[in-house]
Amino acid sequence: MVIHFTCNGKPVTVDVDGDMRVLDVLRDVLDLTGTKEGCGEGECGACTIILNGKTVNSCLLYAGKLQGAVVETIEGLSGDSAGLHPIQESFLEEGAVQCGFCTPGMVLSTKALLDRHPDPSIKEIETALSGNFCRCTGYGKIMKAVVSSAEKLRDSREDGHQSGTGLGVKRG
Amino acid sequence: MTTGISRSVPRVDAYDKAAGITRYIADIPVAGVCYGKLVRTSISRGTILDIDVPELPEGFWFISEGDIPEGGRNRIHMIKEDWPVFTNSEVRFYGQTIGILVGPDREQLIALADAVRVTYREQEAAFTIEEGLACRGGALHGDDNLFADYCLVKGDPESAFSRAHRVIEDVIETGFQEHVYMEPQGITVEEQDGKIVIHASCQCPFYIRKAVAPSLNRSLDDIIVRQAVTGGGFGGKEHFPDIIASAAAVAVTKVHRPVQVIFDREEDMCYSTKRHPSQVIFKTALDSENRIIGMDIDARINAGAYESCSPVVLQRLIFSSNSVYDIPNVQLRGRAVATSTIPSDAFRGFGAPQGIIAAELHMSHIAREIGMDEVELKRSLMVSKGSRTITNGTIHETVKLHEMWQRIAEVSGWHEKKSRYAPGSGRGMGAAFYLHGGGFTGSGEQDIIKARVRMVKRDDGIVEILLSNVEMGQGLQTTFRKIAAQVLDCDYRDILLADPDTDRVPDSGPTVASRSIMIVGRLVQLAAEQLKHKLHEPGAQESEAAYTQPPGCHWDQETLQGDAYPAYGWGICVIETAVDPDTCEVETLGVWTIHEIGKAIDEAIVHGQVTGGVIQALGYGSLEKLELKDGKFFQHTMADYIIPTTLDFPGVYSELVENPYPYGPFGAKGLGELVFDGAAASYAMAVQHAVDRTVSRIPVTPEYIMELKTHG
Repeated sequence: MVIHFTCNGKPVTVDVDGDMRVLDVLRDVLDLTGTKEGCGEGECGACTIILNGKTVNSCLLYAGKLQGAVVETIEGLSGDSAGLHPIQESFLEEGAVQCGFCTPGMVLSTKALLDRHPDPSIKEIETALSGNFCRCTGYGKIMKAVVSSAEKLRDSREDGHQSGTGLGVKRG
Repeated sequence: MTTGISRSVPRVDAYDKAAGITRYIADIPVAGVCYGKLVRTSISRGTILDIDVPELPEGFWFISEGDIPEGGRNRIHMIKEDWPVFTNSEVRFYGQTIGILVGPDREQLIALADAVRVTYREQEAAFTIEEGLACRGGALHGDDNLFADYCLVKGDPESAFSRAHRVIEDVIETGFQEHVYMEPQGITVEEQDGKIVIHASCQCPFYIRKAVAPSLNRSLDDIIVRQAVTGGGFGGKEHFPDIIASAAAVAVTKVHRPVQVIFDREEDMCYSTKRHPSQVIFKTALDSENRIIGMDIDARINAGAYESCSPVVLQRLIFSSNSVYDIPNVQLRGRAVATSTIPSDAFRGFGAPQGIIAAELHMSHIAREIGMDEVELKRSLMVSKGSRTITNGTIHETVKLHEMWQRIAEVSGWHEKKSRYAPGSGRGMGAAFYLHGGGFTGSGEQDIIKARVRMVKRDDGIVEILLSNVEMGQGLQTTFRKIAAQVLDCDYRDILLADPDTDRVPDSGPTVASRSIMIVGRLVQLAAEQLKHKLHEPGAQESEAAYTQPPGCHWDQETLQGDAYPAYGWGICVIETAVDPDTCEVETLGVWTIHEIGKAIDEAIVHGQVTGGVIQALGYGSLEKLELKDGKFFQHTMADYIIPTTLDFPGVYSELVENPYPYGPFGAKGLGELVFDGAAASYAMAVQHAVDRTVSRIPVTPEYIMELKTHG
């Protein structure tokens, strides 16, 4: 079926089986491989994307659901030249990235949380990230990164700046 | 503020990973690829009578034992010739590889694999340590089912037991553990210029080369292994990639197209290797004053159906079974038992956690029995510089455990809480002390690995490090560069260090055994020091450093006597728990750790490893239950095998104590496994205190606590 949706701010049209997993549409059709397959059963959160403002496990979602939807993937947070989003910067600064396989999903769950709650409590952060498994970090530095990105985003809002442009972290 | 090499810097791999740019093996498209699907046995023990493969569509193949190239061995070379690549007769465990179906469509492959019909003659199988020791169904290995049977004697245990006033006995048991690296196993194998090129998510590129070459009857140089970005390993990508690579490589020699095998999570959880279950029986002799005068230890591990690295895991377990204590007279027997389960293999800690958990719980049980404070009992027996080890070697370094204890007791509020929480009050405190020997056990580094590191200054002045250890999340891409940059006095980001390719790097050994920084990092430092002298000479320059045993270390592999490790990392983990009186659910209220690893190469990376290791160990100690049912793992998805999430444990307090090691880079010792070794024991002891019962196995689940409270 022909599906029209918005992906990372751009209109996209794909012609795929309606029962193809959204994860496969992103990875195999659109070559957006930042979205990872960790379990294929909606448990680990490595395939997290933001669909119409809410996080979903793209491994559990069929392509038909994309019709008319607005999708954000990790690739949409940082353009090749735009630098990193403040959330990604915080993940770097706090040392929250280790093997990296869970990182895109973690970053997107963080973004969806902070879009809703600019000033979340620790408990709210823990709950928002509880569907994203990480086996390397023990979550300590990830929690710090979320707290620090919330502060950063609040500061930039107060300063009247738009989020999404680099704050000095360059590709290593 | 931290200065020098310990000062944290941004990780070199983090930008691309956070941006989603990094390509893992499953993210890299391969032109003309055939996917591979392993066809496996559906019984645990017996004989294959017939394999009926459905008619295959054009472009699909079934590859099995008969497809191994002429002269190739149907045995995967691990530590020795080990698992068969494919079986067409003897079945030793459920899920053993019969063949590999390859073809261009993954869904069709699954359907075809399901349609393969295999007829068996089934045989009675042994699954547990006890069944293995009893040779249930007849011996699987030799005539006694023992892959290894070791004895150690320190002092005069016989005399100690004859003088004993009383003997305290214990049986401590641990279960399987699944690695759950976030990225499942994956490899791509292809032919390039007459050679076989293997791209693998792996820890040990040279292991894969060694494993695959004999099966193809090709020279080592004909096999090239290139590490793909690796999304976690924890030991699970030490030997297991050999298994997949061997099957896929045979397929490539037959179909002459690239073959890619990517496991889905269920396949990974069902059929990849696990941590060895263990059973350690302690008998401790006490004199009339309740002083410990001798110990008898009988340690058994469930090795599974093939030997793999089980004897070496067993060695580390038994060498760790006195943990940080200097017990005067000890006799020990250790056995690696063959059973019809998937071969157990490497997992962070490599036997040490099982030995340390047993030692810590047993010591706490002795303290309970004799009415002594468990920490005071442990502190009265702690090793110090010059102490004799269980292998009659020597502790060569200053041991700082007493000052570390003072510190961690203070920050955790140990004394106040310990006196406030009466045993059985529902609140509990646990403290585990532990050590971890850095590098390969015994003379492995010197006699087997013989690590080499090369460093080059290219024509254009850029410096490149060439070695075979991999980045898998633990930070080596950054820490190796930092070591070289510190010597060369340059920016670490200006140094090149590619993911290893066996065709262009020397063999600096596998990424295992907490050896990468202590052993290989030291060679990076030495190679950089040599290169520094030539840095301003024109043209390309090169340096190389090779491992040599630190002076004063002696080891006899035949008798297992001497210095099992040249140096140790040391740790203490304190845990506070609250146990719900009705549901027996445990809330962990605090986790405090202190570690001595010589010198941190990067503090942020070290604290990340500490927290990650501690939380993984808390999963092992409390949540991660993996049971066998008729030889199959009962839990096989992330929904039923539970690993810690953000909701399960509080933040981990992590402090470091310096004690530079003269033969490590800038004083650094091993880290990665040490931080896994203590938390499970600490958790078990905290629960033990809270419910005033003797905990003797992990994981300590609410069901187990309920059982303890009901039956004592």
